[in-house]
Amino acid sequence: MTRIVVDPITRIEGHLRIEIEVANGVVSDAWSSGTMFRGLELILKGRDPRDAWVFAQRACGVCTTVHALASVRSVENALGLRIPRNARLVRNLIAGTQYVQDHVIHFYHLHALDWVDVVSALKADPAATATLAQSISDHPLSSAKYFKGVRDKLSTFVASGQLGPFANGYWGHPGYRLPPEANLLAVAHYLEALEWQRQVIRIHALLGSKNPHPQTYVVGGMALALDPNSTTALNARGLSEIAELIVEAQRFVDEVYIPDVLAVAGFYKDWAGIGKGIGNYMSYGEFPEDDSAQPSGFYLPQGRIMGRNLGKIETVTQDAVAETVAHSYYTYEGGDTTARHPWDGQTKPAYTGPKPPFESLEGYDKYSWLKAPRYQDEPMEVGPLARMLVAYASGHTDVKPAVDRVLGTLGVGPEALFSTLGRIAARAVETQLIVHRLGRWLSDLTDNLDTGDLAIADGTKWDPATWPAEAQGWGFEEAPRGSLGHWIKIKDQAIDNYQLVVPSTWNGSPRDAKGRRGAWEEALIGTPVADPSQPLEILRTVHSFDPCMACAVHVYDPSAGSSVQITVV
Amino acid sequence: MARQDGLYSALLAHGITRRDFLKFSAAMSAALALPASYAPRVAAAVAAAPRIPVIWLEGQDCAGNTEAFLRASHPTVAELVLDTLSVDYHETIMAAAGAQAEAARLGTMKQYPNGYIAVVEGSVPVADGGVYCTIGGKAFSQTVLEVCRGALVTIAVGSCAFDGGLPAAAGGPTGAIGAGHAVPGAKVINLPGCPMNVQNLTATIVHFLTFKAWPATDSMGRPLFAYGQLIHDQCERRAHFERGEYVLAWGDEAARNGWCLYKMGCKGPETYANCPTARFNDGTSWPVKSGHGCVGCTMPNFWDRMSPFYRRLPTVPPFANDVTADQVGLGLVAGVTALTGLHAAGSYVRKRRMDAEARAELAAVSAPIAPPTVSSPTAPDGRAEGRTDQ
Repeated sequence: MTRIVVDPITRIEGHLRIEIEVANGVVSDAWSSGTMFRGLELILKGRDPRDAWVFAQRACGVCTTVHALASVRSVENALGLRIPRNARLVRNLIAGTQYVQDHVIHFYHLHALDWVDVVSALKADPAATATLAQSISDHPLSSAKYFKGVRDKLSTFVASGQLGPFANGYWGHPGYRLPPEANLLAVAHYLEALEWQRQVIRIHALLGSKNPHPQTYVVGGMALALDPNSTTALNARGLSEIAELIVEAQRFVDEVYIPDVLAVAGFYKDWAGIGKGIGNYMSYGEFPEDDSAQPSGFYLPQGRIMGRNLGKIETVTQDAVAETVAHSYYTYEGGDTTARHPWDGQTKPAYTGPKPPFESLEGYDKYSWLKAPRYQDEPMEVGPLARMLVAYASGHTDVKPAVDRVLGTLGVGPEALFSTLGRIAARAVETQLIVHRLGRWLSDLTDNLDTGDLAIADGTKWDPATWPAEAQGWGFEEAPRGSLGHWIKIKDQAIDNYQLVVPSTWNGSPRDAKGRRGAWEEALIGTPVADPSQPLEILRTVHSFDPCMACAVHVYDPSAGSSVQITVV
Repeated sequence: MARQDGLYSALLAHGITRRDFLKFSAAMSAALALPASYAPRVAAAVAAAPRIPVIWLEGQDCAGNTEAFLRASHPTVAELVLDTLSVDYHETIMAAAGAQAEAARLGTMKQYPNGYIAVVEGSVPVADGGVYCTIGGKAFSQTVLEVCRGALVTIAVGSCAFDGGLPAAAGGPTGAIGAGHAVPGAKVINLPGCPMNVQNLTATIVHFLTFKAWPATDSMGRPLFAYGQLIHDQCERRAHFERGEYVLAWGDEAARNGWCLYKMGCKGPETYANCPTARFNDGTSWPVKSGHGCVGCTMPNFWDRMSPFYRRLPTVPPFANDVTADQVGLGLVAGVTALTGLHAAGSYVRKRRMDAEARAELAAVSAPIAPPTVSSPTAPDGRAEGRTDQ
């Protein structure tokens, strides 16, 4: 039995340490450890609930905007506010753009280097690369001359001896299976995507002033002024600029991202049998398309799938969410093995791990700054795969044919979705559906503005003097990485308690009180490891979840008592 | 440094024309408040520069500054920046992981002593032996010390690396501090903002390549070219402030007419930054343009000092000018001080005076070669008590 430590796990947001045991060439056990803690909920206590989104948005700068949205939703829920139609559509446009940009960055800049051997691309024949490119897509940048240029650039770069971010990669590892031409194609698109992502995200700047961390949310709606005929508000010109950016985004997704995912996946079909995970999937549902704010009006549906049973969609309610700290660096009064709903959260950080510097967490019962969230006491996987499975099993009119098309192209059945490769495919399918939905939300917005409705915020509860003495609420959002919930308690116009249960806490959780692993711990079991000193396969499965650690680590606010006990062993 | 062919060839290799390059050089000269005649000098300096190694550390961060870096604007400049530098260690983008990642960092430190740029993103937690952030089993506070002490310069990107930022706000339990405080004596340039405007990072590096010296900074280590002026003084809505035309509710007619956001809590009258002129995402927008007030994110301890974010600044005369804008600031500080009990108004008054001094110095920034600057280690709350860069 060999214990392998990978720390830092790179090409993710934040700080993650993975320890695995390998027996007979496959992973036999795994531990996921979040190694950074900030204490956001403690900082939020006592502040103005209208300010919460500004703080909460900083939970993550990669999944920027998602915590802002969950936060304003939680306060609006507590105060009984319903936002105007324009605000709903602007929020959908911002959230949807985030999906598209974030998923594409994930594929090319965070995940691709697990599948693409950059050094091998040097051996590619530009003409053959052009043939390959033209066989899978109509993307115009596909000439032999273009690929020769990319290869020459890469060649100059490597010859410089300064490999920068590509230094010390696992180049030449037997797990890389793409021919040199496919590698060169992917390197070209890695560079194109870098340019593309900063363009498409200008939609956030037009609607929200900047990215990362847009700044136009307010409790009750948006601060953004809309008026097609104004020179100072977001006007017809701004709206048409957004329309153009959406078309550009669609073109890239349709002509570059989707063909690349399918082409790469074709060489790694065995990964449809690796990285299965726990088999429970959850989606809170997202993108409200009517004014009811009910999940029945969401574009992507709410629901759960248990035990990989696509024949049944289970319900989701906020009160079934709870967290345990049996293996996390916190204590609960009344025992670490109990589960607490976020409104009753009561945790104290209590580090009991080894004193740094340390080599291994072996032998330490508690091993992560992440808690272990559970739904009705069950571990869940969240994210694009969970959303697509819930929608697929619901017979969603867009999702079902899109998923079937991908399965057909790859020549695999639905069971292939429960895998490392399935997560990659689901993310791609989702991106394509959302990038095309953006156009509809934009036309809904312009149609509504054309009726003369310029309302963007409900200001009736803006003044805290109008609030009840006590209120509590929750805000759900399906963030790109999965189900996100914020819970708030308000007392005397201030935050009394604030808690976040976020996607990477679901997926990256340590064991719970019953010793059950979290989603990516479980998914690592059975993953082959060819060379323990080059943990390429570990990265493949962990990256398929698109981990985001900064938001995953948080602490409940002790509602009783103001001091925090910190124990250092 | 291994490569001699320089940035200009790298640019050409990326299909950037000489014309694009000169446009970039002109834009950088403008960002740095240099006369247009400096553009050729910027161009020549940047073209001759070999790729400088960079070690980009992330501590208690959200990767927002990394994302800002990826949005580096100006067509083709994203690649320019990536290829001007040799980003040898950056956890969010590097291919290697675990031991191989650590080896890349140690290799650069050994190969280029005092020859690499250390970028620090996120705060440094020092409470309880550094257990609140470990990387490779090692306390982040220790890694920061080792990396920054051997660096040519440390650039602290974002507000968390500046003064501890969000984790250091009231209630934060981890002992979070900024890079300058974590590495006493190191040469630190601070680019606060949540996140920083990446144009200011690019301009800082270009300044070094052009003048072989870092840009002049204020007492808090913030480059004057970017942090020398009040937002209020550059704001496109300033005329409405002067006329007493204010937004009074979100989405009202005044909001659609682009009136002043002061009464909705805008902190522009208190905040030093170039957001109105530099803007974000390829010059597309900035918060006030999009209808929301400034939250003061480039200022020390802004999470406590500038919040509640929707509370209007107290005692503003209806027809203020530059001078009264500063007086407005004093009013705010007194109010917040009473509220939080965290800061002494007196020290803020001193800081105000220094800011005025700093602004005066901005006028002189176009002097041929800015002196090398060394920012002082900041106090725990991010403020330094005197200028050390003269």
